[in-house]
Amino acid sequence: MILASLMNIFWLGIKEIRSLMSDTVMVLFVVYAFTLAIYVQATGTSSEVNNASIAFVDEDHSALSQELFNAFYPPRFKYPELVDASVVQEAMDRGLYMFVVSLPPRFELDLRAGRNPAIQVSIDATAMQQAGIGAGYIRNIITDRVSSFLERTDLASPPPIQIVVRRLFNPNAESSWFKSVVAIINQISLLTVILTGAAVIREREHGTLEHLLVMPLTAFEIAMAKVWANSLVILIATAASLFLIVQWALKVPFAGSFTLWFVGVLLYLFFATALGIFLGTISRSMAQFALLIILVIVVLMLLSGGSTPVESQPRWLQALTYFLPARHFVSFSQVIIYRGGGLSAVWQEFLMVAGVGLAFFVYSLALFRKSIAASK
Amino acid sequence: MVTVPAAPATASARGPVAAIKNVTHRYGEVLALDGITLDIPSGLMVGIIGPDGVGKSTLMGLLAGSRKMQEGTMTVLGGDIGDIRHRRLVCPRIAYMPQGLGKNLYLELSVWDNIDFMAQLFGLSRTERPAKVQELLDATGLAPFPQRPAGKLSGGMKQKVGLCGALVHEPDLLVLDEPTTGVDPLSRRQFWALIDDIRRDRPSMSVVIATAYMDEAQMWDWIVAMDAGKVLATGTPAELMQRTASKDLEQCFIRLLPEEKRRGHKELTIPPRTAGKAEIAIDAKGLTQRFGDFTAVDHVTLSIERGEIFGFLGSNGCGKSTTMKMLTGLLTPTEGTATIFGSSVEAGSMEVRENLGYMTQAFSLYGEMTIRQNLELHARLYHLAPEKAKARIDELVQRFGLEAHLDALAEDLPMGLKQRLSLAVAVLHDPQILILDEPTSGVDPVARDSFWELLIDLSRKQNVTIFVTTHFMNEGMRCDRISLMHAGKVLAYGAPQELIERRGAPNLEEAFIGYMEDAIAEKAGGTGAAKSDTATPAATVAETPAHPEHAQPAPWRLPLMRMLAYARNETMQILRDPVRLTFAFLGSALLMIVCGFGITTDVERIRYSTNDLDRSPDSRAYLEQFASIPRYFTQTAPVQSAEEGLKRLQADEDSLVIEMPPDFGRNLRRGARPEVLAQVDGAMTFRGETVAQYVLGVHARALQDPAVGLPTSKPQKNQADIEERFMYNPTFESIYSIAPSVPALLLLLIPAILMTVSIVREKELGSMINFYVTPTGKVEYLIGKQLPYVVIGLINFFILAAMTVLVFGVPIKGSFLMLTLCTLLYVMATTGLGMITSTFTSSQVAAVFVTAILTIVPTIQFSGLLQPVSTLEGGARVIGEIWPASYYMHSSLGTYTKGLPAGLMLGDVLFLAACIPVFLAISWIGLKKQEK
Repeated sequence: MILASLMNIFWLGIKEIRSLMSDTVMVLFVVYAFTLAIYVQATGTSSEVNNASIAFVDEDHSALSQELFNAFYPPRFKYPELVDASVVQEAMDRGLYMFVVSLPPRFELDLRAGRNPAIQVSIDATAMQQAGIGAGYIRNIITDRVSSFLERTDLASPPPIQIVVRRLFNPNAESSWFKSVVAIINQISLLTVILTGAAVIREREHGTLEHLLVMPLTAFEIAMAKVWANSLVILIATAASLFLIVQWALKVPFAGSFTLWFVGVLLYLFFATALGIFLGTISRSMAQFALLIILVIVVLMLLSGGSTPVESQPRWLQALTYFLPARHFVSFSQVIIYRGGGLSAVWQEFLMVAGVGLAFFVYSLALFRKSIAASK
Repeated sequence: MVTVPAAPATASARGPVAAIKNVTHRYGEVLALDGITLDIPSGLMVGIIGPDGVGKSTLMGLLAGSRKMQEGTMTVLGGDIGDIRHRRLVCPRIAYMPQGLGKNLYLELSVWDNIDFMAQLFGLSRTERPAKVQELLDATGLAPFPQRPAGKLSGGMKQKVGLCGALVHEPDLLVLDEPTTGVDPLSRRQFWALIDDIRRDRPSMSVVIATAYMDEAQMWDWIVAMDAGKVLATGTPAELMQRTASKDLEQCFIRLLPEEKRRGHKELTIPPRTAGKAEIAIDAKGLTQRFGDFTAVDHVTLSIERGEIFGFLGSNGCGKSTTMKMLTGLLTPTEGTATIFGSSVEAGSMEVRENLGYMTQAFSLYGEMTIRQNLELHARLYHLAPEKAKARIDELVQRFGLEAHLDALAEDLPMGLKQRLSLAVAVLHDPQILILDEPTSGVDPVARDSFWELLIDLSRKQNVTIFVTTHFMNEGMRCDRISLMHAGKVLAYGAPQELIERRGAPNLEEAFIGYMEDAIAEKAGGTGAAKSDTATPAATVAETPAHPEHAQPAPWRLPLMRMLAYARNETMQILRDPVRLTFAFLGSALLMIVCGFGITTDVERIRYSTNDLDRSPDSRAYLEQFASIPRYFTQTAPVQSAEEGLKRLQADEDSLVIEMPPDFGRNLRRGARPEVLAQVDGAMTFRGETVAQYVLGVHARALQDPAVGLPTSKPQKNQADIEERFMYNPTFESIYSIAPSVPALLLLLIPAILMTVSIVREKELGSMINFYVTPTGKVEYLIGKQLPYVVIGLINFFILAAMTVLVFGVPIKGSFLMLTLCTLLYVMATTGLGMITSTFTSSQVAAVFVTAILTIVPTIQFSGLLQPVSTLEGGARVIGEIWPASYYMHSSLGTYTKGLPAGLMLGDVLFLAACIPVFLAISWIGLKKQEK
């Protein structure tokens, strides 16, 4: 009985894979999504300060002010532009510059005389990603230059406490490390849900689902076949993407255990396929499904902690996203891939993903059976 | 060329209504029409007969001017239909009803609104419309249900609404594509009576009808028999039957077919059932199915004997399929029981299913697999032993004549073969009972007969019980017993001949109509109210006086009227479509919440621990700095060793570990410059970087601020003070930047998607034909469809603005009026983007995804949401400079957070305004006024 059931699930799954393979557009889309798209997302727009537009108001015209002016250059900053103090406000209003550094008259003179002159840095604080970090860079660059200038003139005194900031797990702060993995996670969510949901709707629209349900097959077998077949396809795509794009092309090191991560991926796939079945079941047509997907995917991507840290969400939202498997997926992926954590560090999150996945699967299954009854 | 027979006197005076010369039409590789040359006489009822897929619909579409001509010429109503000027001229004289029940209706709209809409497109004035619509409703017997949504009508009623829509403008040429397929016999008869009445009123009108029901065409004036894109023969029905010595048109058609298609076809003979003891195979008692307050199936009681072929006759939507689903266990009946060989059919009962073979309506096997794979899959799912399965498959393949196509994909097969494959799959496991749902619709007569041969063979030789539904009366005649079903009720059941005799009717169709009329009369309780529904009420047409002087609107007003008609139509549709409505309003609110809370660059409440190896007052004073700013740092239990710190970082329990070296205090006081180590979790790069900056900031303060309490904390001499001015957003909280930016994304994404869906939906569902065959211009169509979405966009804007202020607490500093103006222009531009994507996508799914990707990516990457446009370079910069979202984001941020004067947004206003005509022009070029 159980063997027969397993055989059914197996053969239905094979059918599922065959259907997918004959859909050239979908296959190409999956290939693209797990290769080029990941590469582009990982290396594309950077959250670090890059090419920041900067202008100088130099009312000092000294050697030091010239030195400071020359201290800003690509890739972090564009070459600065010299502007007049009177146009600063308007230029900022128009969004021409993110930063304007204003050096007062007699700046160098005052500095040498120990009068601690003030440099004003105007920051467009609506450019959130760059403004904070960029302001830090500007501060550091100016401080360095000023102190090296003073050293040359024997006026510097070294700070009494030194600090060493060590960035663990990504010493050079290369954003492609993080982004590539988040990109994979997002693609897994997106494609698994689309593939599974579309498979359900296609079968219902073509009437093949009804046909299957009249055969000696259970809704569980039909759903399970979709789960394993679609999971397998995405799993292979994920593995290829991880080894080819992330490790080989982007040279991102993998600190932890591959096996452990793939176990986690499997658990997440279980959830994502169940979500796909759920959405495929509740939407009456492909078009509705497409609209739903957009809403669901944005939630999965934005609230997972992959785009912005979970701690920054309001507390009530954090409590809600605790039930979002995508959040745990992002979290345990970081632990395993960058920090090299083992099972002891991630088992709770695995359990959470599996638990939510199972609950969802059971619920979708009940709905699935009911929807067939109500169709037409 | 086929010679046109001498037409009856009515038409002889004028030339043909349509002259077709060498017309060839292809869909990709598929040849639909193959060099057709034909003159269609005017003033007649002309039938184009042939099974599905022979090119009838293509011909009808070309005739009506809704399809684009490829090769050849076609003169319709005295001009070349391929010429746009002629089409514009004659389109008010042609009425076209496409194939498919209610294909060109708006299912959400009421009966009245559907007809009224067509009247508006044809330029009837506001004053004459109500009378005209009412007149048509009276004539078709639809008057009792003007407010019922078209989607909730029966097939026959839908076709009547379609006909009303086609007749609002009193055409000279009426083109009907399979108007009665799937319609119950009574409605069918009413439909033809209606057409007859209209013709009596307008004798000059030509009617061209395509049909797959050959018996229907028997009464018409002139017939074109078509097969495989070619004309087989033309002439009056009597002539054609005489020429082929046939007793009816169906037989005649088969005889007209080329030799190779007829091969193997022989008259179907049905051997009588051998009388034996009657074992009951299927027994249903009082089966009832209700969906809400709608009763789909009402107390159906049947008992079917083993080996019997039992026919289930009825129109689309009469409850046939629902009854079948209850018999197969797909649906649990609301009331009543069904048993198969004595065991109850409960949802999920496996033994019963082992005994069933099922063929769903239309082809339901896997088109992307070959015949062999389909058969093998089912053999496996029925757990046939491999060698047995192989033998069985070989046997079936041979018996069903599938050998030649074993490795062809199922979807590439012609309809007749597909049906045979479905049957082969259904009988693969030797079931005792076969349940077939409309197995032969769309199959040509030859293939239909060969399919029936297989059924008869199964029944008579293997004693398989066959339960088959159909809407072909002649198929009903082949069954041992039939039941006639209408509106969820079984009207009568018994042997077909017996039913005919019982009513004294000439044939089964008439008998069915008789039973239906009885049932309706009974339902009306003999009050006579049934009359409005049953008696052909078309007589009223004649009574209505011919139209008085048309108060025709001025010609210049017509385009405006049509545009507003489309706008009103679209508004009603979306108001009645819960899914799109939800997406339009709740969708943007939900996304606003998710984005507003989900996209944040604030790094706060960083969990950190300390590893103090010194434990001196100085080291504590230094560490105290971190604990004193709880907005940024949240302390966890101190760690005891470097390893423990690393473990915490690994498990993401802490994001920062600060290690104070041994003898920190002593070294500090000695001036030995001790070194503090801060370990930052850098896995999430942006966050790690920000934490590092925070640590450096705290460190700098510890060095200088005497309040810290370290002996060395004092303001330093000889250094530059850096004053940072966080402009526009002094507290530097990302919500002040995110909340105003997100609407730029949402007001692009949602209106564009809704707009594109509204157009592509029409293409996909078929109502686009109304645009093809009415005088509606492209600009009228586009702007008419756009208007409701501009309004929705604006409403969305106000919702989002309220959320920005109330939920996210971001105040409006600038001119809200100016922002509203920008928004108006912006949504006009973004709906324009939706129009553009609708021109090159043909399915709603593709339209949604393409629009989503094309709008989200540049908005997020290049319009300043993440990176200011001023920091972009090269191609990215160019996209950022021309992407409307960049300008809207500038004005939105300017109004909320920056408090810019309105004058500074003039540039945004100008740019956005300039986008609108550009997008409209691109859509205008892309939109086609005819189908390919």
